[in-house]
Formats: sequence, structure tokens, C-alpha cells
Amino acid sequence: MSDEATPGMVKITIDGREMQVPAGDLLIAAAEKAGTYIPRFCWHSRMKPVGLCRMCLVEVEGPRGTMLTTSCTMQVNDGMVVHTESDVVKKAQEGVLEFLLINHPLDCPVCDKGGECPLQDQTVSFGPGESRFVEEKRHFEKPIPISDLVLLDRERCILCARCTRFSEEISGDPLIEFVERGSGTQVLTFPDEPFASYFSGNTVQICPVGALTATAYRFRARPWDLQAAESTCPHCSVGCRISVQSSQNQVLRFQGVDVDSTNQGWLCDKGRFGFEYLNSPDRLSTPKMAGDDGLQEASWIDALDAAASGLMSIIDEHGPGAVAGIGGARGTNEEAYAFGKFLRSVVGTGHLDAQIGDGLEPRLLAAPADRGLIGDLEKASSILVWGPDLKEELPVLYLRVRRAATELGAKLVVAHPRRTGLDDVATHTLRYRPGAGQDLLRRLAAGEGDAGAALAALKEGPTVVITGLAGLTEGPDLAEAVAAFGRDLPDATVLPVARRSNVFGALDMGVSPALLPGRASAVDDGARATLSGHWGADVPDGSGRDTAGIIEGLEAGAIRAVVLLGADPAVDFPDPARASAALAGAELIVAIDMFESVSTSMATVVFPALGFTETEGTVTNLEGRVQKVSRLLPGPGGARPSWEILEDVATRMGGSIGATSAGVIATEIEKVAPAYAGATWDALNTAFGRDGIVVPTADATQPIEYVPVDRPSAPVQRDLVLHLARVLYDGGTTVQRGLSLAKLAAEPAVYITPQDAHRLGVADGSAVRLSGGNGSAELTARFDDSLTPGAVYLPFNLGISVGSGLEVELEALA
Amino acid sequence: MTDRILTTRMDAHPADSNVLARYEATGGYAALRTALASKTPEEIAAEVKASNIRGRGGANFPAGVKWGFLPPETRPRYLVVNGDESEPGTFKDRQLLERDPHQLVEGIALSAYALDVRQAFVYIRGEYPRPARRLQRAIDEAYEAGYLGTGILGSGFDLDITVHLGGGAYICGEETALLNSLEGRRGEPRIKPPFPAVEGLYAKPTIVNNVETLSNVPFMINQGGAAYDAIGPEGARGTRLFSLSGHVRNPGNKEIVMGMTWRDLIYGLGGGIPEDRAIKAWIPGGASAPWLLPEHLDEPVTIDDVGRLKTMLGSGAVVVMDETTCVVKAAHRIVRFFAHESCGQCTPCREGGSWLERMLARIESGDGRMMDLDLLLDVSDNISPGLTWPPKMTTICPLGPSATAPVTSIMWHFRNEVEAHITGGGCPL
Repeated sequence: MSDEATPGMVKITIDGREMQVPAGDLLIAAAEKAGTYIPRFCWHSRMKPVGLCRMCLVEVEGPRGTMLTTSCTMQVNDGMVVHTESDVVKKAQEGVLEFLLINHPLDCPVCDKGGECPLQDQTVSFGPGESRFVEEKRHFEKPIPISDLVLLDRERCILCARCTRFSEEISGDPLIEFVERGSGTQVLTFPDEPFASYFSGNTVQICPVGALTATAYRFRARPWDLQAAESTCPHCSVGCRISVQSSQNQVLRFQGVDVDSTNQGWLCDKGRFGFEYLNSPDRLSTPKMAGDDGLQEASWIDALDAAASGLMSIIDEHGPGAVAGIGGARGTNEEAYAFGKFLRSVVGTGHLDAQIGDGLEPRLLAAPADRGLIGDLEKASSILVWGPDLKEELPVLYLRVRRAATELGAKLVVAHPRRTGLDDVATHTLRYRPGAGQDLLRRLAAGEGDAGAALAALKEGPTVVITGLAGLTEGPDLAEAVAAFGRDLPDATVLPVARRSNVFGALDMGVSPALLPGRASAVDDGARATLSGHWGADVPDGSGRDTAGIIEGLEAGAIRAVVLLGADPAVDFPDPARASAALAGAELIVAIDMFESVSTSMATVVFPALGFTETEGTVTNLEGRVQKVSRLLPGPGGARPSWEILEDVATRMGGSIGATSAGVIATEIEKVAPAYAGATWDALNTAFGRDGIVVPTADATQPIEYVPVDRPSAPVQRDLVLHLARVLYDGGTTVQRGLSLAKLAAEPAVYITPQDAHRLGVADGSAVRLSGGNGSAELTARFDDSLTPGAVYLPFNLGISVGSGLEVELEALA
Repeated sequence: MTDRILTTRMDAHPADSNVLARYEATGGYAALRTALASKTPEEIAAEVKASNIRGRGGANFPAGVKWGFLPPETRPRYLVVNGDESEPGTFKDRQLLERDPHQLVEGIALSAYALDVRQAFVYIRGEYPRPARRLQRAIDEAYEAGYLGTGILGSGFDLDITVHLGGGAYICGEETALLNSLEGRRGEPRIKPPFPAVEGLYAKPTIVNNVETLSNVPFMINQGGAAYDAIGPEGARGTRLFSLSGHVRNPGNKEIVMGMTWRDLIYGLGGGIPEDRAIKAWIPGGASAPWLLPEHLDEPVTIDDVGRLKTMLGSGAVVVMDETTCVVKAAHRIVRFFAHESCGQCTPCREGGSWLERMLARIESGDGRMMDLDLLLDVSDNISPGLTWPPKMTTICPLGPSATAPVTSIMWHFRNEVEAHITGGGCPL
């Protein structure tokens, strides 16, 4: 090593070993990078150091002699000389461990953490051999539930404050705190306020002892019995990296894996505990066919024959344009690609959509100009979030924005019809009535009135603009106009978002009337011709229908058959009643799904599909980052991969989609889909465990780059308008089929401002009738003073729907 | 030469020393008037620096030097007055707050002027409702009379003082825990650096001074810092209030010029021990201080001389124990206090303090083991490595090591008596 330190590095000496470490690093982190592990409990690399467990004490030489100090609170300085193994340090560390253990119950044999417990591990490595403590240990009632998902054992707790700091610093819902003091200090919730955080499971994962346990995992396995595989969370499009852990062919838990690009170790509780649906006894395990008495179990041969012959007879009679496909946004890229190829090349239809009438312009999602990365938030000076409440729809993106606005000092502008999870850390919050968002956008762009300060903030680049559908009564134009506004800011990247887990992958795979695989345009004759060459089949032109169009087509009789891939439009379409009625009129529905649903109840044939953890493949997140999902489990009985089912149907129709394995499909994608060139199966496997591959890579050409268009529209003026938006825990399959999450879904209610309520004679908690564009419902009214006046808010998919029209009426019921 | 500064008014006018009229009639607010009319903030600060006063809260750090740590540019700055006075045996600030609150208000105003502070806080322990009321009344009077508020005495200087009553935690006397408490957080000490002068209340530069320290400031402006510096021996300038308690005939606050001997203090001002019993030991500076012994009676009472004896004057609480005192019981009482008052964040203090307490309780009740003797010292060593003076610590703040002071005091000086508890199955006294 030369005497000169590399720029950005400083030279320090640890235990006589000279080394270069990054300037500004905390000593504990620098030492670890350089190969010296200093024991710790309270320090966590993703949270601010607090230096309170005192485990990481080391000696640092200084002008006034050697000083005992916590290495988690000390930044490295050039020339620093550190001792981590001196007698003084060893005695101090042994002393701290002995102190931690005197009141610890040492019930490791019955503790979930046993076997993966930092207290166990570090006691073995750094602790005293035996205890000298003969007094009675501290006792608390144990365990106590602090939420529906988390139990607290205060006897095991070593008061490292990781959980309390997480809830305050990272997730922003400080519902747990130290109470009492001295040896009576304990972590507790506040009276009558449970630890109702969307992120509570992270505290279980970062607890260095077994003090916090999850109801979903408690007493289910020992760590050494678990099989594990890294994968990508299937619950939303953030694409959090997880470790899937199972025992005896059952998924038992998901743990967050720390990757810089996406989740930085954290997960939301829906992601963490939402695995339970995979183990549900309701999983489909055999094909089913419509009989006189609903769906009946059928053999694979009969079901495949029925699906193929049904599709062929409709094609024969009405042409391939009478067939449509909806879905593909919940599975892998390989499944979506197989779905798109099946529909376009085997059926010959251009009516296919991965979005369910609740999305944005597909080209804006798949190939936006000036697309940003989540990581851009780390260096952003300003952020605009105009779209969904990220805490409800993309929770870990919420954490990343929150971190940028709090820890990293970015100015945050949030525009939404009501309070969002980010409002308390926003520098500017803007409200608008659904239907009048463009008015606000004009005012923001012009810097008028209260929007002036927000505009000034957004002109401080770098800026990240996150945009999406704020509510389901809004069309996609507003988000696109926001994206166009964002591009005009001096130094901005744009991140258009949609929620469904692999919607970005499905669009990239061409499951959209407008898109061909690899972000090519379906109206581009050349691109279609190239694809025809690859597939050896004609590719229909780009005039196909999206989901709304397909539903219209069903209503009009133009569409007669629908293939559903992991989609339930009868529930997920913004106007579910309309979609349900339309599907009921279909002559043929072929559904591939993990569960029966409202939509499959109308199907002719239902195929049991393997799901997450049961199939391998790739997924693409909202940044265009391709990551792998792993297969760890066999799945239930006769369920098969969706692509294999599609291949078997194709074969019976006299065609083929060439789907023999996920790897084979992935290899074809790399060849056929221009933006995915270079993202080979091997490359993805290599990038697995790190940050995945953002497509297009430097070696690939992305055929289209979509420049968002601002299409001004006149504001809709109505007495009362509907804000229809998603909540994290809703009536969806992945929530309702899991024991832990199902009970967290809220009771449906309609929210109204106290002023509007007064005008309408409605009291908080009273019964009202809400009437909308397609139906009416009786439900409870709740006051929400954060709502923009003249609007009511109805959470989507909690069992109540009045259609997705903007205009609603509300009347008090006696 | 002046031998009393702080208590002259309250002694001369016991009936009304706390009210504005009396304060003004005895020269009060003259210093503030002079300062605002004809002195720059720098000149005021220079007088305080020249006085060489060392902080009276317990750490004895030179106050003028502390003032110099403020970063020159950042505003706002805050002045926080530490009136938490919770060191067992200490009751001097209480008397200053109750009986001469205007002296403190004027000291705060002068200091705020010197430090370019517009908002000061006085943090008073929760168990001091009357001192808090008296101070609030004085502040109200001062506002009324134009000594506080906007445009004080026609100058351009503005100052608001807010009184805050604590919730009853010893640790809130530690300056950074006090700041957390004032901000509405749990009273837990912060890691230093940053020091409060750089990043204190609401993350702004903050000077934290003790009630007694600031009560001296009017004198320094009226008489000059040099006059204050002329009082008492070097390193222990000025007068100082000692809270004398325990086995003495005349307990109470004694304002003295430092440099007299312990014998002068305990047997002179304190009147000696009731029934002329023999002295066994005394705590020289609050419960955190290691004890002194009869052989030290003729040592001088100064900060540095006491430091040489490996203990401290601390907050000036002198607790005298005569020959009837069971040292195990005394140590247990003190350790119990510290174990109870540990904020709970650092492992060694939270766990070690209560472990020491329980061992001492066991020994006192006759259930001790001989091996507990070394264990007491080793557990103490794990809180305060090496058991040196000044103490090293494995903790963030000195509360943990404070709990070891009575343990080492009895183990090093009264080991036979501790052993007798074990061999005899209880207290031998």
C-alpha cells in the first residue's frame, strides 16, 4: 500500500493492521468492510447510530490517551489508531454481554430466534463463558400482542431500540416507545393504540433477540430447518428483494434482503406476511369445467381439449378478433410473454391487456422518456408525488421517498385529493378535487398562489417526479400531463407508477394492444414484421382493444371469448359490476388462476396455475429493473406453470408457443424483445442477489421512447365527486386468503368532509346511501377533514362499489 | 473582601427578598441597566470570562470558556438554565429560586445579552413547584417593569424567559437529557459531540448554565469580573453555596469562600456532629462523589484539592455520616437511587446499576456471599473501567459510573464492615 491515501479514503490502523477505508464512514462499518467485525446490537446500517447498547466499544488512541468509545458513533479520521481486541475492550464487551444476559430469560430452546440470534451468536463469539448473576431475573407478562401481527416478549428484550427507532425514523409511525426507566425500561405501545403500522414486520426481522415475533411465523420452524431462496416480492411493482423461507413444502416467511436499489432491507407487512395465500387450502389443484352445478373437477385432458376446441370454434365462427386476453400482470415475464405470444400468434388476436382498466397509457409505463430510477431519490433536491398514496399502493417506495424527504433533505411536493402517508414529511401539500386535477396542474406550472412555493421547490433539481393514477375515477390523462410537466422541469427524471406486481413486465412482454415484446410499438409495421419473422406467424396490427375496450366488446357481442391469466376483472375493474355483467355474457372464458374467483365462477374452463415460489422466472419492476423469482416449492397437486398450460392449449389448436421451460422462454425474450437484449438468463442469474438488470442495458436498443402528452381537459364540475382509491389491505386474493392479513382489511366506509357532511345532514358514523354511476350502496359515513371539499372518498375493493363514475350522490339514512 | 454574594439579600430581607421592589431597592437590575446602556455584549462576556467562575452544576467547567464554544454565525441561540437540581443532598438552587429569583432573572438577562440570545428557558425539577412559582412571579414582574420582553429598558434587546417544570427524573439534570426533555422527548442523554454549544436545543447552539452560576453574573457586572476573580483561591474563585446535610448540628446552605478546610465547614459552619459522635465519612459533592474520610478533615475545600483526593465538589452537596452509619446501608440507598434513576438506554448503567443495588441489598440483609465482594467491584469495573478518578465509562453519560462511587468507597475503606455483614449475617452496628 502506498503512503498516499486514495481520494475519498482515509488510512486507519485497526489492531495493528493499516487499511484504507472510505472517509466519513462510521468506524464500525469501515472496520467490517475491512474484515474486522465489531459486535453490535443497536447499530443498524440503515438507521442513525445511537450508541446505546455499548456492545461495540473499542479503544481509539487520541491526544489525551486511549479512549473507550462506541465504534458506531465515531467517524473514521485519517491516521486513527483503533484497538478492538485489547484487554480493556475485551473486558468491556464481555461486561456488556454479561449485563445483557443477566435479565435475559435464556429460553433459546423455545425461542423463534434461536439459531439466528445475534445475542446467541455474539455471546458465543465475544461473551463470558458463564453468568455470575444469582438474583431473580426481571419478569414481565409475556408475550403481549402489540398488533395483530406482532407479539412482544419484554423479558427477552435487550432494549437496543432498533424497533422504536425504525418506527420513528424509517416508517414514520412511532407507535412503540421506551416507557419507564432504569431496569424497568421496556418497549410498549401507547394505551389503546396498537402498533398498527404497515411496516411492523421489519421490527421482527431487525430485533436482535426474540423479543418481537410474528404471529405468522411464531413456533412454526427452527431456522436451521428452513430452506431459503432469494426472490422478488410479488405484491407490488417496487420489486423488493426477499428471502423466501420454507419448511416441509410450506412457505413460512419472507425476510427482506438489503439491496441498495430497491428495498434497502425493508418490506411492507403485506409483502412480508402476504405469503400465506400460497398455503391456502383453497388453492386450485385440478382443472375445473363448468357443469350444471357450477365448476366441476375435470381431467387435464378434458379441460385442455375443451379450452382448445372452444377457442377454435369461436375463431372459426367469428374470427380471431372475437377472442381477447386479460391478465399477466401478476406472474413472471415468461408467463406474460407466453400469454401474449399465445394470443397474438396462436389465436391471432390483438385484443390483450395486462392492465385492468385501472392503469396509464401503456407506452408511458413501459417506455417513458427521461425515466428515473428509485435510486434517483437518494440525490434528489426535490420530489413531486402526484398519483397514488404510495403508502397504500407501493409501500416501500413510500419508505424511500420518506427517507429522501427526512434524512436526505429533499423538498417534497405531494398532490392528492386527500391526506396521504407522505403529507407529514412533505414541504408542500396540494389538494384537488377529482376531475379538476388539471386545474391544479396549470396553477402549479404557472406558479400561481399557493402553488408558487411548490413550483420553486421543484425547480431545484435534481427532481424526481412520481406519477400515477391517484384514484380510479380519474382517467389516465392527468398522470400523463403530470409526467409532461415533470419533463419540463429543469433537471427531472420521471417515474410513472402502477401497482400490480408485474404490470411493467407484462407490458414489456407486449401484453397490451399498443406494445410488442421489448417496448416495441404494435403500430410499427417493421417491428411487427420482425416479430412475425421470429414467431413464424402473423402479428395482428395495433388496433386491438384494451381491457375497457374488451368489456365494451363483450357488451356489444364483438368479443365472445376471453382468456384470463391470473386476472379477476369482475373484482379489479374500476367498475366491477359492469365487468362482471360483461363477462357473464361471454360465450367462453378460459381462466388460468391459483384460486377460484368471481371471474372464474363464470368460466368454461379453469386451469390450476402454479404461483409465486413455485415457478421460476423474471419480473420487471416499476423502474424497468429485471430481477429473478425463484422456485422453492412444488405447489399444490396438479397445478402447472401457466406457460405450460398455454403451450398445451396451443398444441391442441395446432400451434405452439415454444414454451418448454422458463429458461427457454427467457432466452427467446432476450432474442425477440429489443429492450431486453443482453438480459440473458445467465446474466440475470449472475445479477441475482445484487441489483438485477435495468433494461434496456447499454447494449440494447429500446424501440420507442414515449414522450408524455399534455391533453388539457375542462374540469368536471359536480356537486359531489368520488375519490375511489386503493388501500393496502383490501378484498384482494393475496390479502383475503391469508390468515394474518385478512383481518386487517378495514370495514367499508365512505369518507366525507365535516363541512359537506353538515350540508348533507350526515353525522360521523351514521348510515348513508352512496349512489354513483353504476349502483348505490348503504354504508357508514366517516369524517375526513383532509379531503378536498366537495369530494367523498371510498376505498376500492372493500366490498362496496357504486361504479367508477366521477359524480356521486350521498344521502343520510334515517 | 466580599465573602458572600448570593445570599446577602435573602439574609438581610427574609420577608421579601424575592419581590421586585426589594430587589430594586437593594441595587437590583443596575447591572442590566448599565450593560444595556453602555456595554457591548462582548464586554459583558469578557467580564464573565475574567471572573474565572467554574460552573456550579457539578462538572465545574469554566463558564466563560463554555460560552466561547458557540459557533459565531448560527442563530438562533438558546440559553437554558439548569434548575433541575436533583443530585441527592443538593438544595442550593432551590433557595436561590425561592428567595432571590430576580438575581437569577437579571443574571439570565445579562448572559442572554452577552450571548445574543433572544429566548431563554429555565428547567426546574418537577418536585420544585414553589421555586417555579416564585421564579415565574419574578419573571412576570420583570416583564411588567420592562426588564424582559421586547425593547428591554429602551434598548434594542429582546428576551423571553420560559419556565419549564420537569417530570421528576434525576437524569434531566444532565444537560443533554434536559434538552431532550425540554424538546418533549424522553430524558435520555445524547452522545457528545456534538456539544450543546454547537448543537443543543432544537439542534441550535445552546448554552446550558446552572442557576447558581448565572445568579453570580449581576455581581460580575456590578463589581467587575476581576473583583469576582479576586475572591477565593485560584481554580476556585468566587463564593459557593454548599448544601450541608446529614449528621451535623446546623444543616443548611452555607455560602463560603472556597479554601477553608472541611473541618471549618463541618465543625465550624455545620456546628459539628450531634452528641459529639465521631465522624465516619462524608460525601463531599453529591451522591455521585466518592466519600472522604476523617483523615481528610484538614484538607482545603477547593475544586482541585478535592480532585487530588480522587473525588469532587460536584454540586456542593455535603452529606456527613457519623459513626452510627451503616456504610452498606448508606451505599445501598445511594446505588438504589442511581439504579432507579438510570434512563435505561445504556446497558451497563441500566443492568449494572440494578445488579449492584440488589447485591448490596442482599449483603445488607445478611444474605451476602464472600464472592460478592469482588463481584461488586468487578461489576463496577464493567461500568467504569479501571475504577479510576475521574471515572472512565462504558456508558454515554456519567450516571452509570456515579453508581460505582459508593461501592468503591465502602469496598476500599470499609471492607471489614462489609465483610462483617456477610460473616455475621447482618449489620454489625
